[in-house]
Formats: sequence, structure tokens, C-alpha cells
Amino acid sequence: MLHFTPPCPFGSPDAAGAPQNHSMGPFLLKRLLTLVATLAGASVVVFVVLEILPGNAAQMLMGPDASPEAVAALATKLGLDQPALQRYGHWVGGLLTGQLGDSYAYGTPVRDLVLERLSLTVPLALLAMAITTVLALLAGVYAASRHNRWGDVGVMGLAQIGIAIPNFWFAILLILLFSVKLQWFSAGGFPGWTEESGGSPLEALKALLLPAISLAVVQAAILARITRSSVLEVLREDFVRTARAKGLSRRAALWGHVLRNAMIPVVTVMGLQFANLLAGTIVVENVFYLPGLGRLIFQSIANRDLIVVRNCVMLLAAMVIVVNFVVDILYAAIDPRVKASDL
Amino acid sequence: MTPSAPPSPATATATAATGAPTATAPSGLARALRHRSFAIGAVLSLLLVLAALVSFVWTPGSPYDMDMEAKLLPPSAAHWLGTDAFGRDVASLLLVGARNSILVGVIAVGIGLTIGTALGLLAAARRGWVEELIMRMADFTFAFPAILSAIMLTAVFGAGVVNSIIAIGIFNIPTFARVTRASANAVWSREFILAARACGKGPWRITTEHVLPNIAAVLIVQATIQFALAILAEAALSYLGLGTQPPQPSWGRMLSEAQTLMFQAPLLAVWPGVAIALAVLGLNLLGDGLRDLLDPRLARQR
Amino acid sequence: MESHSAPAMPLLEVSDLHVRLHTHRGPADAVRGVGFTLERGETLGLIGESGCGKSLTAMALMGLLPDRATTRGSIRFDGAEMLGQSEAALCRIRGRRIGMVFQEPMTALNPVHTIGRQVAEPLRRHLGLSAAAARTQAVALLDRVGIPRAAQRFDAFPHQFSGGQRQRITIAMALACGPELLIADEPTTALDVTVQQQILGLIGELVAERGMALILISHDLGVIAQNVDRMLVMYGGTVVERGPTAEVFSAMAHPYTRGLFAARPRLNVAAPLAAGADAPGGRMRLPTIAGTVPELVDLPPGCPFAGRCGFTVPDCYPVLPPAVPLGEDHSARCIRLDAVAAAAQEGRA
Repeated sequence: MLHFTPPCPFGSPDAAGAPQNHSMGPFLLKRLLTLVATLAGASVVVFVVLEILPGNAAQMLMGPDASPEAVAALATKLGLDQPALQRYGHWVGGLLTGQLGDSYAYGTPVRDLVLERLSLTVPLALLAMAITTVLALLAGVYAASRHNRWGDVGVMGLAQIGIAIPNFWFAILLILLFSVKLQWFSAGGFPGWTEESGGSPLEALKALLLPAISLAVVQAAILARITRSSVLEVLREDFVRTARAKGLSRRAALWGHVLRNAMIPVVTVMGLQFANLLAGTIVVENVFYLPGLGRLIFQSIANRDLIVVRNCVMLLAAMVIVVNFVVDILYAAIDPRVKASDL
Repeated sequence: MTPSAPPSPATATATAATGAPTATAPSGLARALRHRSFAIGAVLSLLLVLAALVSFVWTPGSPYDMDMEAKLLPPSAAHWLGTDAFGRDVASLLLVGARNSILVGVIAVGIGLTIGTALGLLAAARRGWVEELIMRMADFTFAFPAILSAIMLTAVFGAGVVNSIIAIGIFNIPTFARVTRASANAVWSREFILAARACGKGPWRITTEHVLPNIAAVLIVQATIQFALAILAEAALSYLGLGTQPPQPSWGRMLSEAQTLMFQAPLLAVWPGVAIALAVLGLNLLGDGLRDLLDPRLARQR
Repeated sequence: MESHSAPAMPLLEVSDLHVRLHTHRGPADAVRGVGFTLERGETLGLIGESGCGKSLTAMALMGLLPDRATTRGSIRFDGAEMLGQSEAALCRIRGRRIGMVFQEPMTALNPVHTIGRQVAEPLRRHLGLSAAAARTQAVALLDRVGIPRAAQRFDAFPHQFSGGQRQRITIAMALACGPELLIADEPTTALDVTVQQQILGLIGELVAERGMALILISHDLGVIAQNVDRMLVMYGGTVVERGPTAEVFSAMAHPYTRGLFAARPRLNVAAPLAAGADAPGGRMRLPTIAGTVPELVDLPPGCPFAGRCGFTVPDCYPVLPPAVPLGEDHSARCIRLDAVAAAAQEGRA
């Protein structure tokens, strides 16, 4: 588990007690700049690893048996004879305008391929995140309210087991139970969202359910533990005692005062966990034979189609970075102390 | 008149450690064994290590010899957990697979621990732009989870256990860097460091003599947790075929082979997963237990 | 406040209050047989060191003891027994008829809610005021406790205020619904000395203005001296001496009380560095009470001060000394009062 340190929260009151500037403007700007810088950095890393390091990409694509002439022709076609910086600029320009080039293996534009796959991966990730959030918050708050009693021990025990289970194994177990034994769900595959692709929204959701659950269980276990300890920590704060002294019942104090404070570290961890969630989709898509982004990456590696791999990896990294950015903003929205000090 | 609060449990333990008589405070080992998480975690982790060690001298069957006559057998006296699609003894495969998991865990965590801790210590000692740079780089690498980095590396350099170890290890570096820096910063701001600097000790000596011993507990705990994560990551990579290659047994790859045979031999998909789960569970509990025992102030809510 | 036609019932009657904590070393009686009465509009001080049970007594009054504490005895507020009441009934009393101010103003307020919302919360909850009405009243309260530009500051957050101001805000919160009793648990301990005087003055004004009863808890004799009519001295969970403040200050009887008073550093006593009665070296040493406060688990059944007290005899240990009356409403729990008085005469105690 990552050790999490939240950004320094405390601003200082000024002597006259005048309210400081709470506008989001400068804060947002700074965060946006960080976002752009991180995206740029990520693109450099991806480019270096997947374009520079492999050496001659054309050689890789065609394999060791291809003739030098064919390799040279492909190299020219791919623009590999241009200097690295130029290729990088070309690629980033393409990323921004949506011109991602063509897949060598499939022959189709990468952009179409990616969009098609995203229509599965994004809903899958969102569904998993939704299930995770609901499960984790309920479990965490419940465990905190039953602190040191059997409810707490039981839930936390389950959470420990949940963390230890590999998500792809849990997926296989789910398939064993629900597909092999009970035959309620299919063991894999994805029918598509529309009639013309052979499915319907309901069918599609049904196909995504087991994958989302297997992703959600591990994430929920981690998040439940953090929720519980965060709630317990906030429960011990003085202002909770003040709230009770004002006549709030335990439950009223929990919902009115504790949860918003307790959610602060939880939300941040959720953002960090999103990267792991996306990584999980790569594996889980393979378990269920779902034609999503993860499986595309995987197949492209097998096909040595580095162009596709490069763009997909960049896309995944960008998703993670953007989500972390959103989480940062959310954090500031929830905790009024952050904006004042973070300028 | 000096008001004094009743001693906290931490001081009760400290008193016990210094040998002063206390009525009921138990000794260190006794306390450790009474701690539920630590006890269970230690037992499971020990089992993992034992399985790996035992596999060097003895296995119930053979994990390498294929016997197509005996494929997909259910558990029996001859084969305690049955056989796989190639007639290999599953129990033996699990034992040897433990070797693999430990190897990956130790080296990957080793990489992260040495390089990450060094970076973290450097960041805490130098502060300023060095710290900023190191921390930005660490934050940045979190955009690439282990699986993703491993996939990138194996896409370029090819699949195999070495590349997956390197990938997992590289991902461990920022984690250790962050943890080290945070703890080291806390130590640097303490009074006795100021005293050491006043004596003329340079930052290198202060780091090795004062900071490192004080953050050792945190690092140990983090290492056990990262070890567990490394096992999970290696299992996922092997499942995808990017990790340990045949014929070397690997729990993850056993699962992927079992998946194709789910209808014929469902149990095959269960045993390797149980092994992974128990290993990871044991290490996590061990880490949690160590955290409570080594620094009760961090324990807080149990 | 309304008055009864019959002889006025005390606002608060505590008798034989015991609070037992369940620690990891075993059960500890943190409050042992504490009893006192409080009339409407009366001010009472509780003084003692950390760990003597004064805060726990206050929390018991509010019904806010931790779950692992067991209470027995009787707490009658306005005639009705509070121990054993349902949580819902207690919630109706807290904040509405009894207000409480705590020691740490820096952490007493929820950092993610505006102060205005927190002051208005009891008004909306107990009195059912609308948001607008509650806001108006809250602004008036904030103004009364001395927050400048209260109407604008209503929407500010706690971290934008200093410690003294935050304490004023908590006082406003405690008084919002016009309670009959205010409990102030070390309200000034965490504040600068100059601010302390302001806060105590504010509390005094408000108490007088609204005819509230006040229980003021402190470990500081100076705070107690100026602000309450009667006082209780607590040690080891027991009230060891009680009486009108002026009388206790002038005619203190219990050895612990005497020790407390003697241990105050006095800067303007004549010739502090001249030869004193005590020290051969020629300087006056600050008298201290020997020993340390024992853990509650280890206290003997008898007098809690036995052992540390210079006048201990074997009879002190088995049984809690009875309260010996010393004057108008003044009493002390000690079986050695004569010896103490005699030593005082000779200038030794």
C-alpha cells in the first residue's frame, strides 16, 4: 500500500482575520500547467522507450527474415529516416490532431481502432469504479462504526483477503461459478453496444458485469481499509466532540461532520488507485476475451505493431494523469484549507 | 507540581524493553506472537519460504516431466493436487513456483529499496531543487503502473523473467523514494540532527549514522508490502505470457493454462490462485503486524 | 429563567457519581463518589491537576463519556435523572439546555464548514429555525462574542481565525440556544495570557447577562479565584475540599489544597532572594508536592492523596475520609486536619 501524504493543508490566519482570496483561478492555472507538463513528460518517455530504444522499428515490424529493401521501404514509409526530434514532433502533432497513423497489423487507422476499443474499456473502468466506490464506502463506514467489534474484524478480514487475491484469478473463479456452474453469464466475449454489432446496451452491460466485479473487489478492499482508518481518525478529532456536545446524535455527527473530512484522503487515494484500475483492465480484458484497449495493446505486442502500442500506452498514461488532475481539483473543492496555502 | 498523564501503551512497552519491572507488560516476542496479524502473517510467509527451500531438495512428483498418460488427473494419493494438461504434478509445480515468486520479489524489491531509498535520502538531505526534481520524477512514474511499464519493456526487449523483474523493480523505485523522503524529512527536522550538524557532521555521515537507522522500521514494513505487490505483478505478467517462460513453473502461467481447461478440470484453476493469495496475504499481514510492533505510534487504530 | 413557586429546585444535583474506565491494565475508578449541587445562576469552579477526574465529571454530566466507561450514581438536571436516559433524550439536552466549551479552540471547529454554519447548526437543530433566521441570530451571537464584521465573517472558515477568536466562536456556539448551564472545560488553557483574560471576561459577562449557571474547570488557581463563587478541589477522582472561593483561598484546610497554593510562584513577595525560613542557602525554594500523580488503577481505596501527603498515617489508606465541616458550606476530606492546622500555625505547612 502506498504511504499517502496529502498536500500541506494549513493556511495561516492573518492577524486582522480578513478572509483570504479563495478563488480557484490561480490554483486551477497552476494545476493545469502541471498537467500539461506531466503529459509532455509522459509522451517523451513513451516515445523514447517505444520508438528510440527498439532501434529500427521497421526491422522489428517485418521480422528478421525480411529483405533489406523491404525494410528500407517501410522505414521510409513510416518516416523513420527523419531525425528523432522531428519524429517526436510529428507524433505529438498527430496525437493532438487525432492523426495517429495506420496500424501495420490491421491496416486500419489507429484512431478508429482505438476509439472502438475505448468504447469498451472506458465503460468497464467506470463501472468498476462505481462498484468499488459503493462497496468501499459502505464497508469502510460500517467497519468504523463497529470499531473493534465483530463487524469491524469481519469486514477488515475480508478486505485483507480481497487485497491478496489477484484480480485475474478472482475473474476466473467468477467464471467458474457463474458461467461454468450456474451458466448465468457467458465465459467471455463482448456483444457490442448496438444492434448492428450484434448486441444491445443491456447485453453489453451484462458482459461487462463480471469483469467489473473482479476489478472492483481488489480496489474496494484497499479503499475500504483506507476509508475505515480515515473515518476512525476523524472520529477522534475534537470537532466531533464539539458536534456531539451541541446535541448531534452519533449518526448525525457521522454524516454531517465526519464523512466530508474523512473523504479527503480517500478521494485522493481513489485517484492514485485509478492507475491500478486501468492496469487491471489490461489483464481482465484478456481473461474475458473483451476487445478493449488492454487486449489491443497485448495483441499488438504479439504482432510487433509498435505504432499501436505506442499510441495506446500514451492514451492509458494520459487517462491516468488526467484523472489525477481531476482528483487534485476535487481535493481542493472539498478541503477549503488547500487553496489558500497552495499558491 | 508536575501534572503527568498516565503512561501510554508505548511507554509501557519501552519500560519493559529497558528491563524495568512492570506488572503486566509482556516481552517483545510474546507481544509479537500475540499480535494476530503478525502471527498469521509470519506463519504464512514462513510457509512460502519453506516451500521454496524444500523444492530444492524434494518435491512430491516432478514438475518438469511430462506424462501424457496421466494428464488432468484429479487429486489422489500419488498426486496430491492432481496433474495438469501435460501430466505434471500440480503440487510440485506449486512448490517450485514458490521459488520463482520469491526470486522475483527479492530482486525487484531489492532494486526498488536500494535505488529508491538512496534517492529519497538524497532528496531529504539536499532539499531544494534536488528534492523537487526527484519527487516530480517519482510522481510522474506513478502514471505508469507496473503492468504498463512491464508491457512496454517486454514489447521492446522481449518477454521473460528478467525483464519482468526489471520492470517491477523500476516501478518500486518511486514508492521507496517517496516513503524514504517523507520519513527522512521527519527525522531531519528533529533536535538531535541539529546537534549533530552543530558538531560539524556532514550530511552524508548524518544520513548514514542517524537518519537511516531511524527510518529502518518504515522501510522494512514497506519492503514486505512491496514484496507482496511484486508477487502479484509477476503473477499477472506470467498470466499474460510476458513473465516467466516455460519450462520454469510459475503460478501465474499455471492459471492461464488452467483457464483454457476450465470445463474439464476446474480445480486446476483454483490451486495456483490459492497459493498466490496465501503468499500475498501472509506478506501483507506480516507487514501490518511489523508496522504495529515496530512503531506503536503508527499503529493507532487496529 | 423561570422560577418555581416551590423552593427553587437546584439546577444540577450530582450525588455519589462514580465513573469507571476500563483500561488495558484493568478497571480504574476515575471519579469516586463526587457530589455537589448547583443552583440556577450560580458559578462553580473545579480545580485539580491533569488526571484528577474533573474533565470526566464534566463529560459525565453531558453523557459524553467514552463507550468503555461505566457510570453509576445520580445526576439530576432540573429534577430529571440523566444517567440512564436514552441517547435521543440526551441529544435534546446537549447544546439546548447545557452548553459546553472545550480546551482546544484550534481543533474544536470543523475545518470544512464555515463558522457561521457551525454556529447556526444548534439553532436549526434544536429550535427549528429556518436558514435565514438562524443566520441572523448566529450573526448576532458572533457579534456579541466579539467577532468583528460578523455578517461578513459568517462565511469564513475556521483556519482563517486566531485561537482566541475560535474560542469566542465556540462560546457563541455553546450559547446559541440559550442554555441554563454552561460548562467550560479549561477554556483558556491553550490561549495566550492576554487573551485568557478577555475570554474569561467574556464568559463572565455572558453568564451574568443570561442568568446561566457556570461550571468552570481549570488547573489554574488564578482563573478560579476571579471567576467563580464556589469551588471544588479535586484529586484522584475525589473532591477533597469544597467551599466558597474566598473562604477556601483564605482558610484552606486540606493538605493537597495547601500544597497547590504553596506551589504557585510568587514574584512580588517581599525579598524573595533573602534568607527564607526553608533554605539554608539564603534563597526561597518553590515548594512542590513530592511524588507524582499515581495512575488511577493504582490508587488505594482510601484517601487518594495518602502517600504523597506529608501528614499520612496508616488510617488514611483503608477508607475514604469523611467530609469534615469547617465553616459555612466549607468542608474537607481529611482525618488529619488538626495536624495540618497545627503545622500551619508553626509556619511549616
